[in-house]
Amino acid sequence: MSTNRQASAANPWRAPIFFAILAVLFILEGTVRNGMFSGSWNTALAILNVGLISAIVALGVNMQWGYAGLFNVGVVGFLALGGLAPVLVSLPPVEGAWQAGGPRLLLSLAVGLGTLALAKVVWTRFRKGWAVALILLAGLLLYRWLFGPASTAIEANNPSRYGNIGGLGMPVLLSWLVGGAFAAAAAWAVGKVALGLRSDYLAIATLGIGEIIVSVLRNEEWLARGVNNITGVPRPVPYEIQLQQNPEFIDFAARWGFSVAEASGIWVKICYLSLFLVVLLSIILLAELALKSPWGRMMRAIRDNETAAEAMGKDVTARHLQIFVLGSAVIGIAGAMMVTLDGLMAPTQYNPLRYTFLIWVMVIVGGSGNNWGAVLGAVLIWFLWIKAEVWGPNLIGFLVSPLPAGDVKTHLLGSAAHMRFIAMGAVLLLVLRFAPRGLVPEK
Amino acid sequence: MDILNALVVFLNFVFIPAAAYGAQLALGALGVTLIYGILRFSNFAHGDTMAFGAAITIIVTWGLQSLGISLGVLPTALLALPFGIAATALLVLGTDRVVYRFYRVQKAAPIIFVMASVGVMFVMNGLTRLIIGVDEQRFDDGARFVITVRDFREMTGLQEGLAFRTTQALTLVIAVLVVWALFWFLNRTKSGKAMRAYSDNEDLALLSGIDPEKVVRMTWIIAAGLATIAGVLYGLDKSFRPFNYFQILLPIFAAAIVGGLGNPLGAIAGGFIVAFSEVAITYPWVKVAGYLFPNWEPGGLLQLLGTEYKFAVSFVILIVVLLFRPTGLFRGKSV
Repeated sequence: MSTNRQASAANPWRAPIFFAILAVLFILEGTVRNGMFSGSWNTALAILNVGLISAIVALGVNMQWGYAGLFNVGVVGFLALGGLAPVLVSLPPVEGAWQAGGPRLLLSLAVGLGTLALAKVVWTRFRKGWAVALILLAGLLLYRWLFGPASTAIEANNPSRYGNIGGLGMPVLLSWLVGGAFAAAAAWAVGKVALGLRSDYLAIATLGIGEIIVSVLRNEEWLARGVNNITGVPRPVPYEIQLQQNPEFIDFAARWGFSVAEASGIWVKICYLSLFLVVLLSIILLAELALKSPWGRMMRAIRDNETAAEAMGKDVTARHLQIFVLGSAVIGIAGAMMVTLDGLMAPTQYNPLRYTFLIWVMVIVGGSGNNWGAVLGAVLIWFLWIKAEVWGPNLIGFLVSPLPAGDVKTHLLGSAAHMRFIAMGAVLLLVLRFAPRGLVPEK
Repeated sequence: MDILNALVVFLNFVFIPAAAYGAQLALGALGVTLIYGILRFSNFAHGDTMAFGAAITIIVTWGLQSLGISLGVLPTALLALPFGIAATALLVLGTDRVVYRFYRVQKAAPIIFVMASVGVMFVMNGLTRLIIGVDEQRFDDGARFVITVRDFREMTGLQEGLAFRTTQALTLVIAVLVVWALFWFLNRTKSGKAMRAYSDNEDLALLSGIDPEKVVRMTWIIAAGLATIAGVLYGLDKSFRPFNYFQILLPIFAAAIVGGLGNPLGAIAGGFIVAFSEVAITYPWVKVAGYLFPNWEPGGLLQLLGTEYKFAVSFVILIVVLLFRPTGLFRGKSV
């Protein structure tokens, strides 16, 4: 990083100007209807809501990359793990699932973790490879003997509707914190192994854990019904249909000149928006306070010169682990928020290109090391990513219009969707090379 | 007889598939390890380089097929392979010129290179999708089997059959040839020696008059060749789907790290270690056990892990190596 710093001091007006441009884009999206914009506040707010969640993910990634120079390629995994929390915490309990195999399942998971812990203790105490191997094998067999029947029994319980372990029936907002805790636990395990080695290893290890978490969610039906998806995750805000039946709300909508259906959609989205803003702003506040503290100065010192920081007696690996876990927790919170917003847990949607690498583009474009930059980059790139779906085919259609009709033309028209990947890759490369500090550089 | 039957089952379901898969991984890991040795970063775009090379080869194969050219029993893709390699080499050389050289001159941190390679991965992924789409493509023609299950049964009179597909045989033969050629190049030619010298000690190599840009160019061309061959063989053996090549990145990295990053011999060993562990751990051994111990019924316990978690195997191997021997089995670079 230190080699790529731009020398010139940043203009203090940069961030406000970019945020103003962003606001104008969203207002255009909400009001103007033409080839480029939809002219619907519902669409504009829907984009903004997902943009804010992406901003929280970007904040988490920015903590890891911007504060500590850690390259996390498994964002999608931590996001998905966070998304598991609303399912396990806030869904109502499934009748008969716990009786079918709950205790045995928990016991098997405890055995699995216990085996790993025991193996670790034996290894540090006695350094006997064969003993560790024996413990691991015995533990694995015991775990499978406990786990197999329990998961089968749970999956057999009313499989067309449930077949999963079910939730605890607690408030959905609580699950956001739990999602953070889940992701933090996974990050601790990965970081413990891969940190302290060369910097590429963390990238490769997180790539692996990301794929594994997503494939666990996809295949373990007792957990969240796998590819059958979980729908109807409880909401922290009112449902549109309730609003549409509420006479006060009908009056309210009429006064503002919206149809009831449109107004209810907008109202729900504004409720979500305010919740997300509260989370986003509190995370930024905490992060800024942390960065200004001695701890933050230490983190930046470590990032800029590890050797020097180590010579000053700082434990670089431990600090890296700390920031890695914190950043992943933020990503996990965002994952839980995303499932809450969609009301849906669908493991097949967790695509690494969309949820890992697009987030990276957001962080790099926005300005690594700067929280407001990450937020700006996230919302802006998300807006462009969504609109590219509309603009891309229009642009391609315009560009190929002089071509005669034929195979080449139809192929080019049909492949407009793939242009998004090329465009995003090109944006990442261009920003990395020509403006490595991003739109809003670090102070 | 039962022991022979058990052996045939083992060969058919474990040994042959794992050997072919291992050869594909080894070729992929060789490319990763060479780039690591010379340019000193983990190339995340390698999987998509493989996909791009395979896609070009498939297109040329279709062209050849429509012209009525074929190789008889061998797949036509072999004729198209040189075109795929040439196109891929041009692409990676262009990428190096446009993207990586800038950071090399700047002597940027390795992690910046890794990040740039992620950007390149995006672009290559998009290019591949643009060229050939996201759907599955099968492009193997010629004879499907060297030995079919029925022939084998008739030949030996055993209960169990053994199938040996042309693509598997091809994979093994080509992998051996390529590896032999690569080691001959690295050990016997002047350019190969320059590459090894540059990888061992950059400053000393520069001092003795080795042109770094030439070494880097050669590395990219070799890596492109290895990636295209690995990608085409993998596509012939399984089937071609762009996303598969993103997923194969993890086993390839695991293989390269297990063998020691920067060590070509290690990459080959690593490829086979990863492939054999993956197949052996996800294979249900019930049939083999049934022949060896007729009175024992272990049920599902012998399949240690479901096939859907085969990527977890490479991850666990990776973790174990990182924990106990971060430089890899064959002592790669530890920087």
